[in-house]
Amino acid sequence: MVNWKYSESIESSEIVNIKKKYQNYIGGKFVDPSSKKYLNTVSPSTEEILSKIPLSNQKDIDSAVKAAKTGFEKWSSITPQERSQYLFKIARLIQERSREFAVLESIDGGKPIKESRDFDLPQVAANFFYFAGWADKLDISWSAKELKPYGVVGQIIPWNFPLLMLAWKIAPALATGNTVVLKPAETTSLTALHFAELCHDAGLPAGVVNIVSGDGSTGANIVNHKDINKIAFTGSTHVGKLIQKSLAGRDVGLTLELGGKAANIVYEDAAIDQAVEGVVNGIFFNQGHVCCAGSRLLLQESIHDQFIKKLEKRMQTLRVGNPLDKNTDIGAINSKEQLDKITSLVNEGVSDGGDLFQIECELPGNGFWFRPSLFTNVQPSYSIAREEIFGPVLTTLTFRTPEEAIEIANNTEYGLSAGVWTEKGSKILWTADRLEAGVVWANTFNKFDPSSPFGGYKESGFGREGGRHGLLSYLKASL
Amino acid sequence: MSKTALKANNSKLEWVDVIEHVYESRIDAVGLNERVASLATRSIKKESKLEALNMIVSMCDLTTLEGEDTKGKISQMSAKAVKPDPGDKSIPSVAAVCVYPSLVSIAKEKVKNSNVKVAAVSSYFPSGQVPMDSKILDTKFAIEEGADEIDIVINRKAFLEGDYRKVYDEIVELKEVCKDVHLKTILEVGDLRTYENIRKASLISLAAGSDFIKTSTGKLTVGSSRQACYVMAKAVLDYELWTGVQAGIKVAGGIRDAKDAIRYLVLINEEMGDNWLTPDLFRFGASSLLDDVLKQIRKLKTGAYQASYYFPRG
Repeated sequence: MVNWKYSESIESSEIVNIKKKYQNYIGGKFVDPSSKKYLNTVSPSTEEILSKIPLSNQKDIDSAVKAAKTGFEKWSSITPQERSQYLFKIARLIQERSREFAVLESIDGGKPIKESRDFDLPQVAANFFYFAGWADKLDISWSAKELKPYGVVGQIIPWNFPLLMLAWKIAPALATGNTVVLKPAETTSLTALHFAELCHDAGLPAGVVNIVSGDGSTGANIVNHKDINKIAFTGSTHVGKLIQKSLAGRDVGLTLELGGKAANIVYEDAAIDQAVEGVVNGIFFNQGHVCCAGSRLLLQESIHDQFIKKLEKRMQTLRVGNPLDKNTDIGAINSKEQLDKITSLVNEGVSDGGDLFQIECELPGNGFWFRPSLFTNVQPSYSIAREEIFGPVLTTLTFRTPEEAIEIANNTEYGLSAGVWTEKGSKILWTADRLEAGVVWANTFNKFDPSSPFGGYKESGFGREGGRHGLLSYLKASL
Repeated sequence: MSKTALKANNSKLEWVDVIEHVYESRIDAVGLNERVASLATRSIKKESKLEALNMIVSMCDLTTLEGEDTKGKISQMSAKAVKPDPGDKSIPSVAAVCVYPSLVSIAKEKVKNSNVKVAAVSSYFPSGQVPMDSKILDTKFAIEEGADEIDIVINRKAFLEGDYRKVYDEIVELKEVCKDVHLKTILEVGDLRTYENIRKASLISLAAGSDFIKTSTGKLTVGSSRQACYVMAKAVLDYELWTGVQAGIKVAGGIRDAKDAIRYLVLINEEMGDNWLTPDLFRFGASSLLDDVLKQIRKLKTGAYQASYYFPRG
């Protein structure tokens, strides 16, 4: 009998040069924050302080918005073909530097290198390529006389897919002729600040892309700035509501991509082994830090025991540890704050009466870690069945009939995504028709493509990102 | 009670249960391909690579199945099976040599002072297109000649015509001939084509009493694949769940390099667990694979690739 352990296989971090201190990128220049204040950015897998990033204040936002306004004059006067070329150039530079960005994303955010390398970075490049292609073809889809860009767009992005959310925001905004002021999340700003260098290298006209780092107050300054024409936000429903309140009564466009508590429905006639894989991918991808994660497993009662047995066995093979190890499946939780939130919700689930299964594995000493977890014997009223945990925690509910599956799936304030598992095509269509969710995956989960629109129902937000619909989020009716 | 129903009782799963499981075979090809591709990204380096390479050697069924096989050829191969790399004593013997029935006694003589087993292909390998009596005769002969293991082919004619019962009955009957001789049943996945068919044939073969299920004869252009191996691994696990019986898997046909073989080990390790990483439960059918593995071991130990002439002919 053997005990075969994979040796460490660490991706080298030599390719990345992390500076001691970063600057904002405003009007084509790298500038110190006028606040003179900085935030520490920490590696969640080691708790080591990696660098300092600007904590930008009102004055910094003023100059960023001003620069974007000036940039807009230039950006809207060049031809669509030229805008397209700049975006293609950015896409190619991302591909050239993808290893560097992937390593940095894993160091700064904690996600496994296999995901940043095989998912995030290829998707980032794909989004720039896709929208580069649109930039000079907008008049094919709509009359260019009827639609025009907003102008200066404020973009606030989350920490779960730092560079990919940047791409989702910046690529369509630029393709449609807008200029942007983007604020990355305070725990994961490094790839965005490196992206600023890339824009500089691409020769992008000054003020077209402005990147300012900071915390919630910085975001509020962007939202409340009088010269902002549109806000695009991805993050929590709580903050989304605050933003919408701030913008009430103002002529400012808004799209929100917020939380989720997706139902992943497994019928008894599903291909069970692949459904197990899909459920694992649906919740444990990116440590469960995914707004569209399949966090509620809805199992038909007839297959419950068999499915849970297989699922637990599969979960036990997940490899938790150093994000830079090429064999790591589950990296670090993004921050102490998030770890505390996950822990507290899981504790609540246990005290409510849920049965908790956690895999047996060693966790590194430093850093923020959480064992992949599965709750069974959960009632729909428990908070683990209702609140977004945003971590590697799966909650199981059961149903008896397709009708009941739909009722449970839609019994939530969210509506971002859902999954259906059955080998029966007609059942997929019947189910998908009735699910109130922006994306419904059938016999797969967490699949993304720049050409496919993504967005929510209900409190998961409004507006779409990706595809032709995604362009409309950055165009408004010409008056 | 019919004769075959009685036999089904002995194999621990009633035919009614077998056929129910067979008809419930549902596999999503897209999802399966994705999982197998993701397992192939595992990065096996340093000590874990050396361990893997040594395991592969110990799991090899060194094979020659040609009309041109002679005493001389079998003797060469058997000697290499016992001592794959005379320059490195730490390298284990292979699991078995695999030959046609008429050459079993030659091989048996050459490996007698080692742990190397002799496997014979029978039941009119590779097509199996003869009456049952001939398959029995073929198998009996191989066993009388001293074969430790018997590799048979399933009746693909019956399988593709939908006569699953005939496929099952034939294996049951051959297992009776084999008794304690280790029975490996070749599904010939290149003929079955779909993942559902591979699963169905796996379950039928396991229920009929096979000790191992094996992917391919090596005689088709479509040989083994990690996808087929994955389907078979899941079938073996389900069978274990239903009966408690642990069966083995042999992959054969087109596995030519160490890198590919390591990916099979990763698949078995992560899907079935490392208790399956033993020659008792996992084998590679190999002809050219062994030489590449020996080269990789030498490379890991010395830092340099060696030319083929540093390794003895098999």
